[in-house]
Amino acid sequence: MIQQIDYFVIAPPLVLALAAGLVLLLDAFLPARPRTRTALGLVALAGVLVSLGFVGAQAAGGAPARSTFCVPPDLAGPGGACSFVTDRFTLVFAGLVLVAGVVVVLMSMTELAAGGIPVGEWYFLLLCTLVGAVTLPASRDLIMLVVALELVSLPVFALTAMKRYDGRASEAAVKLFVVSVVSTAVMLFGVSLLYGIAGTVHLSRLAAVFSGQSPAPGMAWETLPAVGTVGVVLVVAGFAFKIAAVPFHSWAADVYQGAPVPVAALLSVISKAAGFAGLILILVAGLSGQAATWAPIVGIVAALTMTAGNLLALRQRSAVRLLAWSSVAQSGYILAPLAIAGDTSSHTTAIGTSMAYLVIYAAMNLGAFAVVMLVSRTATRNELDDYRGLALREPAAGLALAFCLVCLAGLPPGLAGLFAKVFVFREIVEGGWGWLALVMAVNTVIGLYYYAVWAARLFTPGVAAVRRRPPPATWPAIGVSLVAAVLFSIAPQLVLDMTSFTAFG
Amino acid sequence: MEMGWLPVVLLAVPLLGTLPLLLAPQALHPRLHTYGLVLSGLTLALAVLLAATFDHSRGAVPQFEVDQAWIPGLGLRFHLGVDGISLPLIVLTALLTFLCFVYLCWGSARKGFAGARPRALVFTLLVLEVGMLGTFLALDLLLFFVFFEIVLVPMYFLIGIWGGTGRRAASIKFILYTLLGSVVMLIGLLLVWAQTGTLDIEALNAAHGAGMSRSVQIIAFIAIGIGLAVKTPMWPLHTWLPDAHTEAPTVGSVLLAGVLLKMGTYGFARIALPVLPEGAAAVAPWLGALAVVGIIYGALACLAQRDLKRMIAYSSVGHMGFVLLGFATLTPVGVNGALFANVAHGLITGLLFFLAGAVKDRYHTADMPSLGGGMLATLPRLGSLLTFAAIASLGLPGLAGFWGEMLALFGAFQPANGLPRGLFLTYMVIGGLGAVLTAAYFLLMLSRVTHGRPRAVARDEDVTSDEGVTPDERPVVPLGPPQARSATATLEPSPAPVRHGDEPSDGHDPQAEPQEVRRAVDDVRRHELLAWTPLVALILLFGLWPGLLLTLTTPAVQTLLGAVS
Repeated sequence: MIQQIDYFVIAPPLVLALAAGLVLLLDAFLPARPRTRTALGLVALAGVLVSLGFVGAQAAGGAPARSTFCVPPDLAGPGGACSFVTDRFTLVFAGLVLVAGVVVVLMSMTELAAGGIPVGEWYFLLLCTLVGAVTLPASRDLIMLVVALELVSLPVFALTAMKRYDGRASEAAVKLFVVSVVSTAVMLFGVSLLYGIAGTVHLSRLAAVFSGQSPAPGMAWETLPAVGTVGVVLVVAGFAFKIAAVPFHSWAADVYQGAPVPVAALLSVISKAAGFAGLILILVAGLSGQAATWAPIVGIVAALTMTAGNLLALRQRSAVRLLAWSSVAQSGYILAPLAIAGDTSSHTTAIGTSMAYLVIYAAMNLGAFAVVMLVSRTATRNELDDYRGLALREPAAGLALAFCLVCLAGLPPGLAGLFAKVFVFREIVEGGWGWLALVMAVNTVIGLYYYAVWAARLFTPGVAAVRRRPPPATWPAIGVSLVAAVLFSIAPQLVLDMTSFTAFG
Repeated sequence: MEMGWLPVVLLAVPLLGTLPLLLAPQALHPRLHTYGLVLSGLTLALAVLLAATFDHSRGAVPQFEVDQAWIPGLGLRFHLGVDGISLPLIVLTALLTFLCFVYLCWGSARKGFAGARPRALVFTLLVLEVGMLGTFLALDLLLFFVFFEIVLVPMYFLIGIWGGTGRRAASIKFILYTLLGSVVMLIGLLLVWAQTGTLDIEALNAAHGAGMSRSVQIIAFIAIGIGLAVKTPMWPLHTWLPDAHTEAPTVGSVLLAGVLLKMGTYGFARIALPVLPEGAAAVAPWLGALAVVGIIYGALACLAQRDLKRMIAYSSVGHMGFVLLGFATLTPVGVNGALFANVAHGLITGLLFFLAGAVKDRYHTADMPSLGGGMLATLPRLGSLLTFAAIASLGLPGLAGFWGEMLALFGAFQPANGLPRGLFLTYMVIGGLGAVLTAAYFLLMLSRVTHGRPRAVARDEDVTSDEGVTPDERPVVPLGPPQARSATATLEPSPAPVRHGDEPSDGHDPQAEPQEVRRAVDDVRRHELLAWTPLVALILLFGLWPGLLLTLTTPAVQTLLGAVS
C-alpha cells in the first residue's frame, strides 16, 4: 500500500534539509570570497527562519495533533501508532531548537568572519544537526528516535573539529566522538532489549506493554522480566550521555573548551534540548509503566548531576569551561522534575516544568555564550580575568552578560532564572521529594558563588583590552537571547502557557 | 477610599528612576547625587502620604490593596497592601534611604568612596530601595520572596565595589549566606503552598494554619524560620553580619542594619507566626533559647571588639535577639515589643553606623585604640552624638531603645498559654543580664572613644597617616586582653597580593593622605547634621511617646496572634 505523507507536518525538518543541500551547492559553485561567507550565512539563516515559520504556522493551526508515517489502522491496534507526530510538545521543542539555531547561526557568522574554517561545510553540518533536533521531539518510535539523535550528534563531531589548525579542537572532537559512539551503542542495546520484550518500536504500544495493559507478544509473563529493567537503565544511560548527566558528564568541559564557541553553545542548548526531548519521550510516553524503576534513578542522577556540575565549576578559570560545568549543573535542575514525572497524576505538569526550565535556560545560556563569543575575539585564552571591566569598556555587552549570569544564578533582577527555579522547587516539593529540594537548594547557593564572582569581575576596573570592532552579527545574537530572557523575566507566564499541555499525541 | 495606586507608585518611583541612569547617563552626570536625592525624597514623600492617609482605626487590616494576577500558572499574584505592622517599616525604609542620599549628596563623601562610579552607586541604592519597600508591601508569599531576593544583588555590589579592603570576601559571604537562607525559606513557602493551595498571605492569615497538620507546620516553620533567621540574623547564623558591616561603606551599613535586618524579623511577624501558629508554638521555646544566646553572645562579642563598626555590628546580633525573644513569647506584649524594638533598632543603629562612618572618614580607621579617646574634647559635637546614640542603643528609658526590649522581656515574664513559663522566666533573666552587658560594652566603648585624654593633634596626624602599618604594636592601655586577630584583620592592610590584585582600591591614595587628614578632622558638618537630625528626633519621639508606634501595631498584632493564643 502507499504511505500517505503529510508534507505540512514534516515541513520544518524538510526545509532545513533542503537549505543544507542548497548551502553545500552554493559553496561549491560560488567563488570563495568574504562576501560569499556572509551570503551562505544568510541562506542558512533564511532556512532556519522559514522552518521556524512553519513551526509557527503549525502552532497557530490549531490544537489537534497531526501525525504522519502511521501504521495502517487495521494493524495499529487501539490508539494507533505513528512515527512522526506534531503536538504541543513537538512544537515547543522545535521552536526552542530553531530559535537557538538562529542565535547559533548568527554567532557562526562572527566565528567564520575570521576565515580559516570552511564555510559551506560548516553551515551544512549545522543545518543537519538542526534537522535532527527538530525531528527528534516529533519521533514516536524507537528507531526514529535513535536515528534523529544520531543526526544531532554526528555533524557535531565534524563541527567541533573544524578548527583544523587547533590541536585542542581535534582532541575535543575525538573525545566527543568516542563518548557519543559508546553512548549510542549502550542505548541501542537498551532499545533492542525493549524491542525484544515488547515486540514493537512504537512508543504508544510500548507504553501499553510496559504498563501491563496489553500482553507482551508471544510470551506469557505475569510480571516483566529483569531484562526489562536492564533495557530501561541502558536507554536512560544512553540519553544521560547526551545531556552530560553524571556519571557520563566528564567529556563536557574539554569538548566545550576545544570546540569553537558557537559549537559549544549548540552543544549546551540544542543538543541538550534534543537529549531531553528524547529522554522525556522514552520515559514518559514509552515507559511510564516502569516509573518505579526509573524515577529513583532519575532523581539520584539529577541530584548528582547538579552537585558535580556546580562543584566542578567552582574552580574554573576559563569562561567556556565554567559555562560547560554550569550547564551540567543546569541539566540537573532540568532533570529533577522528571523524577516526579513517574507519578502518573502529575506527569504532565512535571514535564511542563522541565520544559519551562529548559526554555528559560536556553535563553539565558545563549546570551552568556554570545557575549563570550564577543570577548573571545579579543582574548584568545578567554579566561575569567579577561572579563574584568567589561561592563565599563563595553557597557552593553557587560550588562547583557551580567544579566544572563544573574539569571543563571536565579536571583532578581534575573527573574526568569528565579522563576524557573521556583517552578522546579514547587514541582519537587509538591511531589514530596523533600531531599531533592534540599540538595537543589544547596546547589543553588554553590552555583551562585561562581556566577557572582564572574559578574563582579565585569564591574571591577581592569586592564584596557584591545578594542576591535565586533562584527555586526554578534549584536543580534546577544539581542535575541537577551530580549527572550528579559521577556521571560517580566512575563514568565508566557513560558508556562507554552509548556503546559495535556498529553502526547 | 481606595488608594491602591499608592504602593505601586511607591515602588515605581525608584524603579523607573533607574531607567534614566541607564538610558541618559550623560545628561544626568553632573548632578547624579541630587537626582538620587530627589527620587528618594519623592519616595519618602509618598511614604509619608501613605502614613498620613492610613486609616489608623483599622490598623489590623491591610489597606491600599492592589491585587493583580502576575503568573497564574504559579498562582503568583501581584498583591500589595499596608497594615499596622508594615507601615512603620515602610516609612523607616524610605527615610533611611533618603538620609543616605542626603549624606552622599553633600560633603566629603563625594570625594571619598562615592566619588568612584556615582552613577552605579545611585542605581544600586535605588534598586535596593525597591526591594526593601517591596518586601514590606508584599502580601503574597512568592512575591515576598521575590522582593526579599531583589536586595541581594545590589547589596552584594554595594559591599563588593564600594567596601573596605576585605570587601570581596565579605560580599561573597553575605550573598551566599543569605541566599542559602532564602532558598531554604522558599522550600518552606512552597510547602505551605502545596498544603493549602494558596499563596495569599491574607487568606493564609485568616485560615490560621487550617489545612496543615502539626508536623507540616513545624517543618515549614523551621524552613521559613531558617531563611528569616539568617537575615535577622539569629545566633548561630549571624557570622556573615560582622564582616559585611565592617567592609560595607557607610550607606551600606546603615541600610543593612536599618532595613535589611528588619526584613527577617518582619517575615516572622508577617508569615511565620500567623500562617503557621502550631509550628510557631512548637518551635517558640527553641527560638527563645537561640534568641537569648544571641543576646549574651552579641554582648560578649561586643566587649571583645576593637573595631567600632564591628562592635556595632555585633550589637545588632544582641538587639535582634531581643526582637526574636519578643516573637518567641507569642504574646501581644512580646510581639509588640519586638516590632517596636525593630523600628527603634533601625533608627538607632542607622544613626550609629552613620556616626561610625563619620569617625572613619575623619580618622581613617575605626579601630578604637587607634582612635585614642577624648573625642568629646576634640570633636565635641560628633562625640556627643555618638554618646547619645550609644546610650539610646543600650536602652536608656526615655529613648526609643528602651521600650521594645522592656516589652520583649515583659512578654517573656508571662508567655502565651502552652509555653513553658519557667523556661521563659529563665530567658527573661538571661535577657536582663544581656541588657546589663549591653550597657557595659557601650559604656566601655564610650570610655575608650569619647572620654579620656585626647592625643595631641600633631600625634593624631601621625597616627592616622601611618595607621594600619602598626596598629597593634602600640600599648593598648584601656583595652582588655589583646584581641584575636580576627578583630583586627580587617584593619591591617594585607600585603598586596592577598588584597585581590584584580580589585584596585578606589579608596584614598596614600600619598595624599596627610593633607586629607588635616582637612578632614573637623566636627560635624552641615550635611551630616541634616542627615542625622531626623534620626535623633525620632529616637527621642518614640522614646518619650511610645504609644505613637504601639497604637499602630497593637491591633495588627492581636489579629495575627488570634491564631496562636
